[in-house]
Amino acid sequence: MGRRVGLLDLDLTSPSTHLILGVDGLQPIEDKGIIPPRVHGLSYISIVLFSPEELIPLRGVDISNAIIELLAITRWEDLDYLIVDMPPGIGDEVLDIIRLMGRSFFLLVSTPSPLALETVGKLLFLLLELKAPILGVVENMATKPTSEVKRRLEELEVAYLGAIGYDPELDDALGHVDRVMRTRFMEDVGKLAGEVESRLHKGVHRQ
Amino acid sequence: MHEWALAEGVISTASRVAAEEGLEEITEIVVMVGELQQVDREALLFALEQQRTPNMMKTRFRIDPIPARMRCRVCGEEWNFKREALDNDEAEAVHFLPEIAHAFIECPNCGSPDFEVTEGRGIWLASVRGVRMAG
Repeated sequence: MGRRVGLLDLDLTSPSTHLILGVDGLQPIEDKGIIPPRVHGLSYISIVLFSPEELIPLRGVDISNAIIELLAITRWEDLDYLIVDMPPGIGDEVLDIIRLMGRSFFLLVSTPSPLALETVGKLLFLLLELKAPILGVVENMATKPTSEVKRRLEELEVAYLGAIGYDPELDDALGHVDRVMRTRFMEDVGKLAGEVESRLHKGVHRQ
Repeated sequence: MHEWALAEGVISTASRVAAEEGLEEITEIVVMVGELQQVDREALLFALEQQRTPNMMKTRFRIDPIPARMRCRVCGEEWNFKREALDNDEAEAVHFLPEIAHAFIECPNCGSPDFEVTEGRGIWLASVRGVRMAG
């Protein structure tokens, strides 16, 4: 059965979801606020809808103000899921979502690189400290079987949800959703989606 | 009409304040509207009137415009926002999301887009007056 899904790209200074979705020339619909336009079945909001080309250098307080504004004026339809895509780390976006969207569940993504694990580890510690619900961690761009990510998560009692293999063909498909959907990357994502959804319904955030 | 959503925020915040302060009737709500966002005063007033709650039946809505001022974080220059500096598409983008101004406005002295909006960014609730419940 299909789900009604919204996608909110909260990476305000370096958004990229529009490149994956092939969004071009799309504008927000104004009606008692902003109605997210539909993109390939998703209700979609990104800063690129308001300013497609320009550089928008923003500092912390500006990022917070922009997030509050977007959350206040956007009229999402009745959704099953709203996915909020955030930049890496523990910056304003994460802190604001914890502060403003109390019912959020966190799904973390890390590559097997120790550098990425270091960043994701910091976010994990923050979320654990704040008792924010964590669905688990997905390993992305996995090139070889490794237990490093899994082992580190076991220590923290956080669920390892599975791996998405490195797919060298993904970059060529970006912007063409029909091609993206046929990649090995999406095949792996599809396998994980059921697990993520079932954990969401159980409200489970620890192993 | 984007002003509807802004009015919704004002009404819900004023209702929360009234509940916290034990006001059974709200007599006046003052809203400050920064020039940067170019909110349509009449549209905002209409939206506020339409969204009155039962304890706002006699509420007077006051909307005060606040000029927008910027200060450059690099050279310290301060200046006033001028609507004429933006074309229509740019003005509309800033109307939805005031932070987009950083894409279109730069310091008149050194050209940096790294400035802060010191006054008149958006819309905020300045005061709520009312009558307290007896006892």
